[in-house]
Amino acid sequence: MALPLVYSVESLRARWRSSLVAVAGIAGSVAVFVAMLALARGFEQALVSTGSPDNAMIRRAGATSEMDSVIDMEELRVIEDAPEVARDARGPLVSAEIVVIVALPLRALRAEGAEANVQVRGIGARALDVHQGVRVAQGRMLTPGTAEIVVGRYARESYAGLEPGATVRLGGTPFQVVGVLDGGGSAFDSEIWADAAVLGPAYQRPRGYYQSAAARLASRETLDLLRQRLTSDPRMRHQVDRETDYYAKASEAMRGLILSLGALVAAVMGIGAVCGALNTLYSAVAERARELATIRALGFGSGAVLIAIVAESLLLSAVGGLVGVAAALPLDGLTTSTLNFQTFSHVSFAFRVTPDLLGLGVAFALAMGLVGGLPPALRAVRVPVAVALRDL
Amino acid sequence: MARVGATAPSEALICLRGVAKNYRRGSEDLHVLTDVNLDVDRGEFVALMGPSGSGKSTLLNLIGGLDVPSAGIIRVAGDPITSLSRSKLTTWRARHVGFVFQMYNLIPVLSAFRNVELPLLLLPLSKAERRERVATALRVVGLDDRMDHKPRELSGGQQQRVAIARAIVGDPTFLLCDEPTGDLDRHSADEILDMLHHLVGDFGKTVLMVTHDPRAAARAQVTFHLDKGELS
Repeated sequence: MALPLVYSVESLRARWRSSLVAVAGIAGSVAVFVAMLALARGFEQALVSTGSPDNAMIRRAGATSEMDSVIDMEELRVIEDAPEVARDARGPLVSAEIVVIVALPLRALRAEGAEANVQVRGIGARALDVHQGVRVAQGRMLTPGTAEIVVGRYARESYAGLEPGATVRLGGTPFQVVGVLDGGGSAFDSEIWADAAVLGPAYQRPRGYYQSAAARLASRETLDLLRQRLTSDPRMRHQVDRETDYYAKASEAMRGLILSLGALVAAVMGIGAVCGALNTLYSAVAERARELATIRALGFGSGAVLIAIVAESLLLSAVGGLVGVAAALPLDGLTTSTLNFQTFSHVSFAFRVTPDLLGLGVAFALAMGLVGGLPPALRAVRVPVAVALRDL
Repeated sequence: MARVGATAPSEALICLRGVAKNYRRGSEDLHVLTDVNLDVDRGEFVALMGPSGSGKSTLLNLIGGLDVPSAGIIRVAGDPITSLSRSKLTTWRARHVGFVFQMYNLIPVLSAFRNVELPLLLLPLSKAERRERVATALRVVGLDDRMDHKPRELSGGQQQRVAIARAIVGDPTFLLCDEPTGDLDRHSADEILDMLHHLVGDFGKTVLMVTHDPRAAARAQVTFHLDKGELS
């Protein structure tokens, strides 16, 4: 028979100061734990949402990213002619693209002269038809064949001098900002788009050479057919991925790094919190040696006492867990940026505090409670009742 | 009538035969109790006196199933409790023994009602039955108007009365009182002794009480003395 829960609750209330310290320690660990997971989740979502499951990403075989890939005009024609690629009255929905990395002054640290890398994407005329998650939020789309650029909304917020109407020198050529893009939280929000045919020569890239091609599929199921067609064509030496898979893979390294660092920080803080809970409960058990021995003398088994002490620890950790996730909630939607290891450019993204992460936070807290509660509980029941009563 | 020294089988409620308890401290063997034979009949009030360290509390612990003897047999109502496992002894205590301690040993965070209710949680009773029995026990000790008070809100004498209510609420076979008046002023001590007397005289309870106080022992029907582990 278990002791009533009111006993555990009242015991915690009676020692509210030390209980509060333990709760604060657990809450801090949980908040950091959830924040790190939300950071990794936000980064992953930003990159994954950059791709569309209806698009194929075509790169040179063996290329790890767009940066080290190449597609020439003849190869682009093969892609555009593939029947698996969607087309409309204006032709195939394919955007042949190049990327260059440009250092621009950061808006927040302009006084210090700090700069960060921004990815400039040279696009084809059908880019907005292929990347259908992107829309012009302010101003207008660039005119093909002109030195105009449109900037992602995060890029505009992060870098100085990207307001519509401003002029930015890229590769020595002045480009005028004519609009702001909304990429729906994707990595496109951190990019600058220019016409590939104008951007390439500005960086001394040979005409007719691109780095990747984004192609809208005629239907989602035709990816395998397109892959089969292009990889078996003797004119092609390319790999074909679903765009979402490409970006998911691109997020792995940074996501892994964030998670590893997050796990390390959360583990260190977690150990501290467990020590706090252990300390609270060890002293609680020592202070209550008389009452715990009496409870056992009255006929409650060791199991009942053990459960009561672990219940106290779990109550502490549950409260700490809830406070911790509540503290992490305001981070949801907060934007930050980091370096994308694949392109060496900065990607802005928002923390994503999702319900499953909140659940994980509470589970982490309960795990800390269990680890912190069991040793004192075992100590309390290991002493024979007669010895415990005699020692009082 | 309670007696010591008998070796023949007995029908007494509590029957100890050849009970010994030894402890080992370092390389030294401590013989706390030696060949104790004791019979206590139902409805008796028995006092155990003796100097500190004479083994009084150890004997009480053995009879109450809190400890096991090194040798000998203890029977309660004919059942040999010395052959019970530790977990069965725990269950047995809940049903048969009511404990009253010198320092009351109430749970400080629980109200008088919840303290008295604790032993009943181990019995198959409904909430209503528990409530009724707690109210009755607190009425017997004259504290039915204090059931919502925490121990710190009660005087020493009142706390000990709550402890007595807790000891009797489960209607145990016998009560074991370890220095029940040791921490009380004379007036409160007399109240507690009156209460124990009342429980024996009016409710037919069996009480074994360890005490240093000759005035307390004088209230018992029989007093035994324990010295250097030997009962007389």
